[in-house]
Amino acid sequence: MTPETYVPSHLLIAPLLIPIVAGALMLFYDDKLRKIKLGIGLAAIVALFFVSLELISRVKGDALGGGETIVATYLLGDWPVPIGIVLVVDRLSAMMVMLTTLIAAPALIYAAAGWQGKGQHFHTLFQLLLAGVIGAFLTGDLFNLFVFFEVMLAASYGLMLHGSGPERIKQGLHYIAINLAASLLFLIGAALAYGTTGTLNMADMSRVVPLLDPAQRMMFHAAAAFLGLAFLTKAAIWPLCFWLPSTYAAASPPAAASFAIMTKVGLYVLLRLATLLFGHDAGISAGFGGPVLILGGMATIAYGMFGVLGAQGVAIKGGYIALISSGTVLSAVGISLIGGGTEILSGALFYLIGSTVAISAYFLLAEPVGRGWEGKGEDDTQGPDPVAERWAPMMGTVEDETAPASDRTAPWSALGFSFALIAAILAGLPPFPGFIGKVAMLSGAFHDNTSASGAIPTILWVYAALLILSGFAVLVSLVRLGIRRFWASGKPPERMLALEIVPVFLILAMLVLQTVKAGPLLNYTHATALDLAAPAVYRNAVLSAPVVADSGGSH
Amino acid sequence: MELILSLAIGVLVGSGVWLILRPRTFQLIVGLCLLAYGVNLFIFAMGRLYIGAAPIMPKGGFVDPTTYADPLPQALVLTAIVISFATTALFLVVMIAARGATGTDHVDGKERDQ
Repeated sequence: MTPETYVPSHLLIAPLLIPIVAGALMLFYDDKLRKIKLGIGLAAIVALFFVSLELISRVKGDALGGGETIVATYLLGDWPVPIGIVLVVDRLSAMMVMLTTLIAAPALIYAAAGWQGKGQHFHTLFQLLLAGVIGAFLTGDLFNLFVFFEVMLAASYGLMLHGSGPERIKQGLHYIAINLAASLLFLIGAALAYGTTGTLNMADMSRVVPLLDPAQRMMFHAAAAFLGLAFLTKAAIWPLCFWLPSTYAAASPPAAASFAIMTKVGLYVLLRLATLLFGHDAGISAGFGGPVLILGGMATIAYGMFGVLGAQGVAIKGGYIALISSGTVLSAVGISLIGGGTEILSGALFYLIGSTVAISAYFLLAEPVGRGWEGKGEDDTQGPDPVAERWAPMMGTVEDETAPASDRTAPWSALGFSFALIAAILAGLPPFPGFIGKVAMLSGAFHDNTSASGAIPTILWVYAALLILSGFAVLVSLVRLGIRRFWASGKPPERMLALEIVPVFLILAMLVLQTVKAGPLLNYTHATALDLAAPAVYRNAVLSAPVVADSGGSH
Repeated sequence: MELILSLAIGVLVGSGVWLILRPRTFQLIVGLCLLAYGVNLFIFAMGRLYIGAAPIMPKGGFVDPTTYADPLPQALVLTAIVISFATTALFLVVMIAARGATGTDHVDGKERDQ
């Protein structure tokens, strides 16, 4: 670790501060001034976008793919590493921060079409959700990970219930109960890990793992299993995924669209901890949990596949598609963890970007597509809400104002066009990112795992079959839905606002860009996968993070 | 002490798990509280058990760290208590809302068919 590769800068904490400050600033305005809040929120996201762009360009070195790996650290309170709290940015976390902002912007624009006014403090909760998600990506120690997880979850409870209505409250109740139970498992896991390794810093823990004695190692594996349960609940692996489809379908569209990143937080943490703690240099612990990830991930794909074919609602299909995406990446992480090579991980990261953004767009589309069709419209639009009416005298000043920020309407054909494109992307048809990601995963997996005799492990064949079949299931399901909705019914929604379709076009533009720039992006994800396969780089960078006071404040 | 503490954690967590598997929201929230207490005690236990050892060292001079309790689990427990209090309070609000919206305290929003 040479001094040049270290990038001390207050920029590293900016992605955390921007949403927190923006969220706090909004509280000074009355909730009726939603346009000001929207403006602050959008400005914060634009700022976040540029910060994450700068972070990516710093950690990736000079040229895309060609630069040297840089792991930037930020010591909070300037305490040396194993003692204090540290923020870490490497290729993976910088990429995830960028992905968060890419999902946040369309969801926020969509909220301006009226959803922001269906309850209190939508914008503040939204910014705090971003702060929690980004904090989880940047933190370098296990307990702060818990804290940021809770920030994210607390904000998501509020967003989940945004818009009220009995269905949302019921699903919100289940969602909160499950997440509280998962958080308690997280605490047990973190405490056990501390009890066995004597540290909470992830890099330090990864240094200690190979040195554990057998009795401690057993305890540490139990700790990892507890932590895994908590994150796998978040990442919605089968059989811990039953809450996801109905919860996401019940949430308001902008909330559901921003929730698309939350399953990916679970995936990110699993990827980070699995590679750091159970990478190839972890001694006897190497590869711990890999088979569970592979089999669980494949079961998740299968469950999502049947779910998407069987589910009736427009939005609930999106939940099952999110499960398929989650399962695909989880299996790839598992295969890579037990020594399946880095190519599959690189493809999985590429696939993760595209599918997360596309799922987010699907949730935005689901409500206009279902509106005014077979009576399956949103509960909120159908007359006064009995619950709100009963409570109105108690709440006094609460006023919902659902007027959109702009009255401009959009043509019905725009909806059909974008639905068809999103369906093609989710199903993984060429030339879209889902297809490129799957091809990269499969070709990488077969390339790295073909033995000298040309034999390929059976599990890879099963995985390949599941990947292709799940894409086919999504295609059949969405095409059937599209035909029934756009051709057979021919009944346009009562009114479709431009504000509801512009965010989807924004996402489509991102996905086209991802297709065009697939080469450089794959180089980036490949370099990321190589970094993850060499946890020593991350570990050394964090453990040798210089204290600013000692180095004469040279930044 | 080890036996009493582990029994206490076991009883709290066991009762908590049983209660969160019940179909009534009141039982659910009491179960979550008991689980949280059990988990907090467990975090304490992970700092090893001490009797009469202070967690904070006095100012100045060399002190023998072995005579002090591990302060980190105490900090963790403090954070965990604050967070679980806040989330439990929020859960209570949602619970009351669910009771108001559905007219029943069943977690599925409707009584099972008789």
